[in-house]
Amino acid sequence: MSKIHVTATVNGDPVEFLADPRETLLDALRNHLDLTGTKEGCGTGDCGACSVTVDGTLVCSCLMLAAEANGKRVETIEGMAKEELHPLQRKFIEHAALQCGFCTPGILVAAKALLERNPDPTDTEIRYWLAGNLCRCTGYDKIVRAVQDAAAEMRQDHRGAA
Amino acid sequence: MRYHTPTTFQDAAAIAAASTGTLRFLAGGTDVLVQMRAGMVQPDDLIDLKHIPGVDRIEKTPEGGWRIGVAVPGIVLGAHKELVRDWPGVVEGMNLVGSTQVQGRATLAGNLCNGSPAADSVPGLFAAGAVVTVTGPKGSRDIPVEQVPVGPGRTSLAKGEVISAITLPPRAKNGGDAYLRFIPRTEMDIAVVGCAVNLRLDGDRVAEARVALGAVAPTVILSEACAQAIIGTTLDDAALAALAKAAKGAAKPISDKRGTKEFRIEVAGVLARRAARIAYDRAKGMKA
Amino acid sequence: MARDDVKTGYKLIGTRPNRPDGLDKVTGRARYGADFSLPGMLWAAVVRSPHAHARIVKIDASKALALEGVKAVVTRADLPTGLTGEDLNLQDNTLAGDRALYDGHAVAAVAATSQLLAQDAARLIEVEYEVLPHVTDVDAAIAPDAPVIRPGVADYSVPEGMHGNVARYMEFGHGDVEAGFAAADVVREHTYRTEATHQGYIEPHAAVGQLGEDGRGEMWVCTQGHWYIRRMSAAVLGIEAANLRVTPSEIGGGFGGKTTIFMEPLTLALSKKAGGRPVKLVMSRSEVLRATGPTASASMDVKIGMKKDGTITAGQVYFRMQGGAFPGMSPIGEALPCAFACYDIPALKHEGIEIITNRPKAAAYRAPGSPMAAFAVESMIDELCRELNLDPIEVRLKNGAKNGSKSSYGPVYDVIGLQETLQAARAHPNYSIPLGPNQGRGVASGFWFNHGGETSVSLAIGEDGTATVSVGTPDIGGSRASIGLMVAEHLGIPYENVRVNVVETGALGVNEPTHGSRATFASGKAAIEAANQAIREMCRRAAAEWGIEPEAVEWRDGAAHPAGPNAGKHPPMTIGEIGAKMGSTGGPISGHHEVTAGGYGASFGTHVVDVEVDPETGRTTVLRYLVVQDAGTAIHPAYVEGQYQGGAAQGIGWALNEEYIYGPDGRLQNPVFLDYRIPVASDLPMIDTVIIEVPNPGHPYGVRGVGETGITPPLPAIASAIAGATGVRIRSLPCSPPKVLAAIKAAKG
Ligand SMILES: Cc1cc2nc3c(=O)[nH]c(=O)nc-3n(C[C@H](O)[C@H](O)[C@H](O)COP(=O)(O)OP(=O)(O)OC[C@H]3O[C@@H](n4cnc5c(N)ncnc54)[C@H](O)[C@@H]3O)c2cc1C
Ligand code: FES
Ligand code: FES
Repeated sequence: MSKIHVTATVNGDPVEFLADPRETLLDALRNHLDLTGTKEGCGTGDCGACSVTVDGTLVCSCLMLAAEANGKRVETIEGMAKEELHPLQRKFIEHAALQCGFCTPGILVAAKALLERNPDPTDTEIRYWLAGNLCRCTGYDKIVRAVQDAAAEMRQDHRGAA
Repeated sequence: MRYHTPTTFQDAAAIAAASTGTLRFLAGGTDVLVQMRAGMVQPDDLIDLKHIPGVDRIEKTPEGGWRIGVAVPGIVLGAHKELVRDWPGVVEGMNLVGSTQVQGRATLAGNLCNGSPAADSVPGLFAAGAVVTVTGPKGSRDIPVEQVPVGPGRTSLAKGEVISAITLPPRAKNGGDAYLRFIPRTEMDIAVVGCAVNLRLDGDRVAEARVALGAVAPTVILSEACAQAIIGTTLDDAALAALAKAAKGAAKPISDKRGTKEFRIEVAGVLARRAARIAYDRAKGMKA
Repeated sequence: MARDDVKTGYKLIGTRPNRPDGLDKVTGRARYGADFSLPGMLWAAVVRSPHAHARIVKIDASKALALEGVKAVVTRADLPTGLTGEDLNLQDNTLAGDRALYDGHAVAAVAATSQLLAQDAARLIEVEYEVLPHVTDVDAAIAPDAPVIRPGVADYSVPEGMHGNVARYMEFGHGDVEAGFAAADVVREHTYRTEATHQGYIEPHAAVGQLGEDGRGEMWVCTQGHWYIRRMSAAVLGIEAANLRVTPSEIGGGFGGKTTIFMEPLTLALSKKAGGRPVKLVMSRSEVLRATGPTASASMDVKIGMKKDGTITAGQVYFRMQGGAFPGMSPIGEALPCAFACYDIPALKHEGIEIITNRPKAAAYRAPGSPMAAFAVESMIDELCRELNLDPIEVRLKNGAKNGSKSSYGPVYDVIGLQETLQAARAHPNYSIPLGPNQGRGVASGFWFNHGGETSVSLAIGEDGTATVSVGTPDIGGSRASIGLMVAEHLGIPYENVRVNVVETGALGVNEPTHGSRATFASGKAAIEAANQAIREMCRRAAAEWGIEPEAVEWRDGAAHPAGPNAGKHPPMTIGEIGAKMGSTGGPISGHHEVTAGGYGASFGTHVVDVEVDPETGRTTVLRYLVVQDAGTAIHPAYVEGQYQGGAAQGIGWALNEEYIYGPDGRLQNPVFLDYRIPVASDLPMIDTVIIEVPNPGHPYGVRGVGETGITPPLPAIASAIAGATGVRIRSLPCSPPKVLAAIKAAKG
């Protein structure tokens, strides 16, 4: 089976690899690029553990072929912390918003995408935005609180900067 | 599997026509990739439509309707203020599909062509009287959306045919539409029953109506009886009761893992009532 | 970092520091089961039976083996024969023998150079089946015409004349139940049913295994207990457990489901056949749902007698539970003792049977057996409360077990906190919020035994005065943080100076898995003993330097102090000072403790839930939820709350929408998260928690396990809340909308 040559930008870095046409972006991230922070919980779009952004849009990397990422800009959990942790990452630790932590990368990526669109979401908006990110450990309570706290801090910083 | 990236619908149709094995088009991939993963489908040819110029656009037609490209994902539909103002029911149907992540990819055309009787955007398209443009090796034609699905997982499209656009008619003055579905959870479920209502008022009276039901028959269905139950009424309690009765009569569901036959019939009536109420309020310009 | 509650005078216990593994987990660096890779590694895929019950006539792997890049295929013929008992069951479940016993039962496995290639190869393995009659429902399996799935499965306990699918029988009780029922004002009797549910951890099972010609191997695996994996895998493959080294990865949830093996030995068997190349096997979600341990489904008869004042005079249960196609897997032995564990009732009778069906081999799931038992008994008590117009909390306070009560299953309770949870629930604002139309409130209590178990822990003092603790219980929900807090408290050093690692099988004696809510309790207790040993040694070193008797030295605030009148005046010697020179004062300082930990304290909780039911669709919305549970001592309150909330969420899922749905063909119809409906974020409200602290006298810091009880009360509490909202009682879970709507319509007539 002939492979497809894919070039993309992942977390700001140029990457290229050969993909089987059936391989998903998730497979490529994990197996070709060694970015195992993005998780597979289902492989069928139901759990959100594989969440990444592609050209700024939140998607399930298991529902996209690696070949479709050609020429795209992909952001994963590994690119979230710059010099410092992103406020969401910090607040998730502080609020104990993770237990096993398996859903955490996907939820952080999804929550970041939310706060970029809506810096002041209601609890309900957070819950619906994250409805495609299953967490079996926490009951979501501390996740919602951590997102709210991070949002509040980011609004504060934003105001401070302005 | 061969992965194709044609840049015109003619090329896409030609590749499809020439394919001798299992063929799928790739729009958002939220059905195709799931089916591949589950081993249900192993395409020999996969034709990605997203490299065709214009497929990601929403354009106003000269008549005042909306022409929607086949690769426009739900999240873009939902963010289009004018489209949402004209066709809130169509957009809310599409926006119910899957999660935020799925919304980033899933398309109207894919939802329609996947052929599920439970497809959430399809009742809204039926009720709206949407028209789809079908491009084949011999050129393009426009057909009413109701003619596309013919059975679970099956469409009327011939080999080599692809949908190249979906067009919503101009929104009539004093018109409104709405879609409701029933699912056991709040999100991430496939509709157990769905109902879309599109209507136009003349004063307080319903002048025209189209009512479509999902997940109660082998395909989404348009119910003339439901429409007749409310046309000419002010959508008073008697009209709503008649509508519920008509919807229950139109529903011919099966029992399966997602719901019993009796439940689907009962809830079809409930949703028809509730969706009609919302569409009516929207037509009146009331917030809903 | 202030303590939540200062009364105990601890410095660290009760605070909420960041967990040590938090940073790795929010940055994607933490390595879970599927994240390991090794040079030369192959990928595996498994061929599974599409039939619920079938004889395997022939397996032809020639087409698969002909593919370039396919390196090995294993079938049952590659595994040793002659196993017995549970070892044979494990082997039978790893790869079917002459018969496939459930939809999804593994039949063959293949290793190839890529995951896609392995999957392609698996599709090319041809298996010829002769389909046999099957049964999947717990009650249908003991109907006279049900096929006997595993002839001869019954053990000594099963009375003669029972159906051939009955594998076990249990009976116990006390008092005269007939006299008790006669003394009651109302006696009611009903049958309750719960469907099987899955633990639903988001991380699928994954392992990388390597086994050489010399019979020595290694495995990296996501598991709750790597010593169990080692012993079981070795047994299935007929190798020495000591020759296998198993390293646990970070684990993406387990809830009991990762305490046993499913496919792990296949990585080793394939590796051996492929010349010792490491083999990685990651289950798909549908494999997880079809072939890894769901819990039992249950059908339960309950009879209870109550006086008008709410006094329960007698109770009687008969439970039928199926745990799949293998004996010993249903939690009947836990469900029965849990049934009335919250109560002190003069006369009780418990009976139950375990039934074999064509379903996957069940595994433990959070408080195994207790949620089903609670659904039956707590629902019935609520029915009686409503009938007699009694407050459900008052009735529980009146009949509830107290310190020194003889438990329903025999032992006498020591110090327990049930009454305190009830009082706190009654006092909580949620209990008096007025309800609107179509709304209802449900109350239920729950119980779990908790567990100690085999535990081995080591602790080493560093030159810099830190302590490194090695434990053998994988950390699922923050146990490293909790153990670190206790050790830091005990040594009198900062939390940041204690590092807790979960280590591999070569590094410690045998540890039972993280199960039974035991990690913080048992590994914590052993870690404290290990710290005591290190403290004694540090005191000895200080004494030697000061030239006094070791007995004249006491340890406090992270330093050795001279104690007593004859010790003399010496400035305290800190752990840092002792550590810095330990090389010249006698060598490394460490502590070690191994024990089969006793002294675990029973756990009780009480939940209050408000729901609203749409009377036209039967759909239930959870409006608010309160968990009150006794933690003994909450070492790290945030993770205690997390356990309460997570348990409640799982129980809510079980009550409302989760269920295994089998078709008439015996195939599982919903092996994906789209149709196996666990709660999503928008389904749930905030989950309020109240931590009760009635310290467990069996633990130096009063710890009780907190992980399991929380899943138990939601099942009956939700059904009771729905009864309050609608007037109809759902006695068969889940309370799915079609069922609730049908009941509402039937009640209207
Ligand atoms: C987690 C999850 C949740 C979901 N929830 C819902 C839900 O709530 N409601 C719902 O209705 N659906 C749901 N779906 C299904 C799916 O997301 C929708 O059907 C979606 O709209 C499909 O669009 P797509 O662009 O992704 O289609 P694709 O997967 O790209 O294509 C689907 C089918 O349509 C064909 N096709 C696509 N475009 C064309 C075209 N232009 N011409 C001809 N044929 C074409 C393809 O060959 C294929 O057979 C869900 C899916 C997932 C993974
Ligand atoms: S792995 Fe992609 S959604 Fe679950
Ligand atoms: S923390 Fe375990 S799944 Fe979310």
